[in-house]
Amino acid sequence: MTAFLQELAKTYGYQANHLLAILRAVQARYHHIPEPAIEALAGLLQLPRSQIIGIVEFYSFLHLQPQGQYELLISDSITDQMLGKQDLISYLADRLQVSIGAVRADGLVSLANTSCTGLCDQGPAGLVNGLPLTQLTRAKLDVIVSLINARTPLPEWPSELFAVHDNIQKTDVLLSRTMTMGEALQATFDRGIAATLTEIDRAGLRGRGGAGFKTAMKWRFCSEESETTRYVVCNADEGEPGTFKDRVLLNSYADQVFEGMTVCAAIIGARQGFLYLRGEYLFLHEPLQAVLQQRRDAGLLGNNILGQGFDFDIAICLGAGAYICGEESALIESLEGKMGIPRNRPPYPVTQGYLGKPTVVNNVETFLAAAAVAVQGGDWFASIGTGPSKGTKILSICGDCACPGIYEYPFGTTIQAILDDCGAHDVLGVQVGGPSGTFISRQEFDRKLAFEDLATGGSFIIFNASRNILDIVNNFTHFFAHESCGFCTPCRVGTSLLKKQLDKIVDGHGSAGDVAALESLCQLVKNYSHCGLGQTAANPILTTLARYPELYQAKLKKISYEPGFDLDAALATARRMADRHDAAAHLAQVGEDYE
Amino acid sequence: MSKTITIDGKAIPFTEGQTIMQAATAADVYIPHLCHHPEFTPHGSCKLCTVKVNGRNCSACTFPAAEGQEVLNNTQELNSDRKTITQMLFVEGNHFCPSCEKTGNCQLQAVAYHLNMLDDHFPLFYAHRAMDASHPEVLIDHNRCIFCTLCVRASREHDGKAVFAISGRGINKHLLVNSTSGQLKDSDLDSGDKAAHICPTGAILIKHTAYQVPIGQRVYDHHQINEVSLASEHPHGE
Repeated sequence: MTAFLQELAKTYGYQANHLLAILRAVQARYHHIPEPAIEALAGLLQLPRSQIIGIVEFYSFLHLQPQGQYELLISDSITDQMLGKQDLISYLADRLQVSIGAVRADGLVSLANTSCTGLCDQGPAGLVNGLPLTQLTRAKLDVIVSLINARTPLPEWPSELFAVHDNIQKTDVLLSRTMTMGEALQATFDRGIAATLTEIDRAGLRGRGGAGFKTAMKWRFCSEESETTRYVVCNADEGEPGTFKDRVLLNSYADQVFEGMTVCAAIIGARQGFLYLRGEYLFLHEPLQAVLQQRRDAGLLGNNILGQGFDFDIAICLGAGAYICGEESALIESLEGKMGIPRNRPPYPVTQGYLGKPTVVNNVETFLAAAAVAVQGGDWFASIGTGPSKGTKILSICGDCACPGIYEYPFGTTIQAILDDCGAHDVLGVQVGGPSGTFISRQEFDRKLAFEDLATGGSFIIFNASRNILDIVNNFTHFFAHESCGFCTPCRVGTSLLKKQLDKIVDGHGSAGDVAALESLCQLVKNYSHCGLGQTAANPILTTLARYPELYQAKLKKISYEPGFDLDAALATARRMADRHDAAAHLAQVGEDYE
Repeated sequence: MSKTITIDGKAIPFTEGQTIMQAATAADVYIPHLCHHPEFTPHGSCKLCTVKVNGRNCSACTFPAAEGQEVLNNTQELNSDRKTITQMLFVEGNHFCPSCEKTGNCQLQAVAYHLNMLDDHFPLFYAHRAMDASHPEVLIDHNRCIFCTLCVRASREHDGKAVFAISGRGINKHLLVNSTSGQLKDSDLDSGDKAAHICPTGAILIKHTAYQVPIGQRVYDHHQINEVSLASEHPHGE
């Protein structure tokens, strides 16, 4: 192990900002971060060991305790659940003789749930040692169980288990035109750097991650900073459940995304860029490295790009299972090898970002669109869409519809038109923008896809009339509690309290006043949390409570007060100690008599 | 002509680079807080110091003061929500004031009194948290840690060490001691370190001193936390 760690540390130049990458490598090899590795890395990187443990305990894909040689994770996204995930994971646990969240006694395999893997159009999905398993069925699980028990190395597994499809269902201006390599960059230099920024401004391009900040303004702010070391970061930490468009863009349009980053670098004067790729997309890492190499070979990355005296290159950094890293300042912390905790703002990343230097962070789709604008000009782009929302939006559509996958629409398209295209029938509602977005009911399908109406980072989950809204809200609320970074009180404690309070109501223990208490807790978490995660964590409850208050009320008992704890369950330990199994050792919950 | 902001309608002067908290403290205006301490880099995590700046919620301890800001601080709405946030801290850990030796000297307790917190409101989490009594002079009771990171910052910024860290994610956050065994006795903490004395609650305690000051004669037994805080944190005060 010593030699391995020394080599690893050397590869990363003994730099602490590569700690996450180093720990990923240790986890991949030893299936946990062993104590001697912590000690050795603390010495090699000159770090307090507590900092290393802090990282390991923060990211879901790193572990202090040994995991199986085959680390199996099953996606717990609502769409996977709708496709029968719960039955499958129970079947898998049974077949493998391992309980969920545990390692089998022989250490060969571990099984656990994981947050959305970005494969919602081909679920139920999972990961084995970081690689995607799609369209799981009992038959496929039987094959997987046999392969594991036979200790078959992953490279020898049938490739169809790992098949990931693009499922591009509808293209518009961005996805229908394939750009030739270097086209946008050449156009940028031909037109001039400043003139190209003007085109992006004229295009009215706004950030595609969901918040919709004007791209040209962000780039201009960054370029005007007095500090001249600047960075470009592409946010490919696509963690919002139900979103998978960036996976497809990086699989089939990566060159154009990198080109957009390079155009940005030319405009803001950056020499280094990063693609922060979510850990779930490990399988894209090698192909993306190959695309970068092609671009270097073509003189589009590296020194003196296109003979313009412009130097720029891009490195890929992998995440390790943390939704919060999609928040731009948390992403920057993670890039620096730290826990993904959102920073206090101001200062904003355009002023002080990566390593304290001015940094532009944009979504994958934003860079894709920027490259197209660099080629075709701002007016072309601005002619599409609505007044405040120019261009098109790429959606990841999943849930109850005939054709899940990627759809590109001009802004201003109605929800009904989208539902018609993807073959959705008897629709109850749509979650637009993922759990942090809005749940809209069937009365609202004339609403439009636009920043001024329904903004979305790309997630579009359809629910038909057979679905139970409270199950959906429950899944989302548990998701936020699991993904809260824990930095601030309202989100750390509040998301767990929301989970408890919602469970109480959903499980039928709520009484008069409990829905009002839930709502006021929602408001507090929304108004006082440090970052977007906490500020939106209550949205699933708030948006459904506004539309379906009767669903919540119907769950309440007809008594004035119900304790938050389960009295009978609280006595379980005492019963076990006293070896009592008779009826008299059980107590009815207070209030049952009054029903 | 110095620059000013208003807090609850009162003009407060500030100098460029000051946070709202710094400007307020200098002008003898108390903004409730727990993770803030004037000697250390602001952290902005407890959210008790949330104020409304031109209608928007901001953490006073990290948000820069700027000319013309209209800040709301001592309002019924803010204080009510601050009370709720304090209740969250109480139910998250295991805070049983009557049996805690820090009672009367505890800032969490004092803030709760100041905000008129009369109950926990939320269900208790009853988190399983350990004690670390390994060090001969300093005790850690993890039940009372509120993750303010003051010990982390004091150790790093004042003591020049890195004895403490916060680890874990979400509700599983916990205080970590930087030693191979994870125990305090194996760290390089000295009982004279600032980090050993900075804890606003009873999570880090100096041993053998528990009841030298009797209950009834303690700091917050006679003074509200706003008075104590302003007296000790005022830039020109003692």
